[in-house]
Amino acid sequence: MCRLTINGKELHVADNSTILQAAASVGISIPTLCYLEGLTPMGACRVCLVEIEGAPTLSASCSTPVREGMVVQTNSKRVREARKTVVELLLSEHDGDCQLCERSDDCELRQLADELGIRSNRYEGAKPFSTVDNSSVALVRNNGKCIKCRRCVQVCSDIQHVGVLSAQYRGYHTTIGPAFTNTLDSVACVQCGQCAAVCPVGAIVETNHIEPVLAALDNPKTHVVVQTAPAIRAALGECFGLPPGTLVTGKMVSALRELGFDAVFDTDFTADLTIMEEGTELLTRLRNKFVLGQPGRLPQFTSCSPGWINYAEHYFPDTLDKISTCKSPQQMFGALAKTYYAQKAGIDPANMVVVSVMPCTAKKFEAARPEMRSSGFQDVDYVLTTRELGDLIKMGGIDFNALPEGTMDAPLGISTGAADIFANTGGVMEAALRTVHAVTTGRSLGTEDLHIAPLAGLEGIKTASVVLTGTVDAWSFLEGKEVKVAVAHGLGNAATLIDHIRSNPDEFQFVEIMTCPGGCIGGGGQPRFTTDEVRKARIAAIYKEDEGRELRQSHENPAVQALYKEFLGKPLGEKSHHLLHTDYAAKPRVNTP
Amino acid sequence: MAQVATTEQYSSAPPVHTLDLKDVIPVIDDIIERYRSTRGALIPVLQSAQNLLGHLPKDLLVHISNKLDIPYSEVAGVVTFYSFFTTTPRGVHTVRVCLGTACYVRGGKEVLEAISKELGIEVGQTTDDRQFSLEIGRCFGACGLAPVVMVDDTVHQRVKPSRIKNLLEPYRADQGEEAEHGDR
Repeated sequence: MCRLTINGKELHVADNSTILQAAASVGISIPTLCYLEGLTPMGACRVCLVEIEGAPTLSASCSTPVREGMVVQTNSKRVREARKTVVELLLSEHDGDCQLCERSDDCELRQLADELGIRSNRYEGAKPFSTVDNSSVALVRNNGKCIKCRRCVQVCSDIQHVGVLSAQYRGYHTTIGPAFTNTLDSVACVQCGQCAAVCPVGAIVETNHIEPVLAALDNPKTHVVVQTAPAIRAALGECFGLPPGTLVTGKMVSALRELGFDAVFDTDFTADLTIMEEGTELLTRLRNKFVLGQPGRLPQFTSCSPGWINYAEHYFPDTLDKISTCKSPQQMFGALAKTYYAQKAGIDPANMVVVSVMPCTAKKFEAARPEMRSSGFQDVDYVLTTRELGDLIKMGGIDFNALPEGTMDAPLGISTGAADIFANTGGVMEAALRTVHAVTTGRSLGTEDLHIAPLAGLEGIKTASVVLTGTVDAWSFLEGKEVKVAVAHGLGNAATLIDHIRSNPDEFQFVEIMTCPGGCIGGGGQPRFTTDEVRKARIAAIYKEDEGRELRQSHENPAVQALYKEFLGKPLGEKSHHLLHTDYAAKPRVNTP
Repeated sequence: MAQVATTEQYSSAPPVHTLDLKDVIPVIDDIIERYRSTRGALIPVLQSAQNLLGHLPKDLLVHISNKLDIPYSEVAGVVTFYSFFTTTPRGVHTVRVCLGTACYVRGGKEVLEAISKELGIEVGQTTDDRQFSLEIGRCFGACGLAPVVMVDDTVHQRVKPSRIKNLLEPYRADQGEEAEHGDR
């Protein structure tokens, strides 16, 4: 332990703390624009400056470790003036359009300028070369607004191990971006949007789909259906001032109805369907290995997370044959809405618009993939992030917090608790094991609350195993077999896990990868700002949603059972193959040099 | 090839401009293997590559990025940070205008503008006929002779903007051997 004094308060903190952390522990907040919890501090933005007794210059508190007996001032005249100067200099280069910028209500730079009482700027200078890069399907970058804090660089390289954003050129000419002045489509960006989630200003945002969605809603000839991903219900409330982890499923449904959607459905429905298809696929691969002695395509990797699919295609092509061929729940939904639902409801799919609400920016890219047109049309037309839905609801003048609790429409709105937990890291695996266990043994998982405890939580890589005993006749070859599974979230963790699997190919049978830290609840399209505390609150809410359900195993979903009976036939059948499955292709890391 | 393979990283030998990228790749791969386990391998690999080719073509940077498993954006970040590295092919002659303090105060900037105008290129660029590349220097240690311009290894002293045309004339493509002697 280390003793120091901050603003006259004496405190004891762990030796490896920074001044910033020490101050936070006693409720003294120091502003930052580049700091990200859990990552090596960069000291790039210089707004966290503090005065240390005896030190000739001010120090960046994010990267200065505490010392025994240190005396720190975070709010002296010298500190205030230096911070003001730093922020004024940032503003002098910031090509902002604050009245029009979509970050105007949560821009960290604008808020900080306000907090520091900056009402005029002493510095007027040339603005940097400003370009808008909208080459990417999911993300738009505006270099003129960038303050070079490098948070995006850090998440892209340190958390996601993608590294398509880096500082280019030097000094005043520095820009943050892909190589040279190239646009984002020139490199293998996985479109996860974690950069947009951490950007303090409006320099990286998602491609906005609000206008085309409004146009569809305004057109009386179109039948507009909406699907909402499981992760939305635990985060949307944050757009309306509710604390992280507030479940707003019912209010969300009511809001969507007020906005004029003709049918309000649930991606949960196709999450349950995914378990039927992907679980059957796993059991088939296990049978091929254990009964037929064929080299199985094992371990089977999950395929729900489109950022992970992009990552595998560009960076780990050797895993592609092991990834489940199941489309993600979003795409299964689109394909079924324009076929099964269209037939059932007597609607011409040509006049149907499918909108999805996702916690994710990569879903925008996924929806636009040329192979995602198995209904004969683009299966999913528009993808709104959670943030965009929040904006749309505000635009509609809807008092969200006063809305009644609505319920989803049948049949594509019917789901089980197993589908809810798709939002959490470890959730897809847990949902799959619930059904695999029940199908092969005729009994539900014997664990407490049907949860698999080692798969929950924010540990980067998690493993668990389930021993199958008392198997039914059809699956007796699995009797006594231990099914070992692994889960990784955040692509850096995924890369570590894949490296491990390369040298231990037989260790696991099933592997879940989610692109974003925490899983979909921490997606790049979720309300800002997502810290681990926020992740934990959303995760807990999702488990609560699951536990409150009557049906908690995907194979029990009556609407999914009816879908197989009326339309699909059986899992992995011909119709499933056509509508619900896809394939992957190796792609280069750099598209154009 | 044998001659190329022995070119060392910090070789002062003039860049071999005529090499084809595909001939150089095996040599670069050898260099990459040598540095692979070293932290900070990127810069020495880039230096060696530029010494071989005279510049760093973007296709080669992609190759180096893949081989070293360093993101292309990071490789480009390093190349664009250091003025030593260049991605455009160098001309037969490199014109370096000194903008060190002494040269600067004695008109180096005007000399640079005149050369830039005469050649029709900016700093860092190469003429379309690949005859000249224009660069700036920060003191060649010839302050008594300021302002100074170096063309390849030849120092030209007390350069006046009005004499630029004459100074460059011997280096023009059609001047052949004369260029070797320069205007000492």
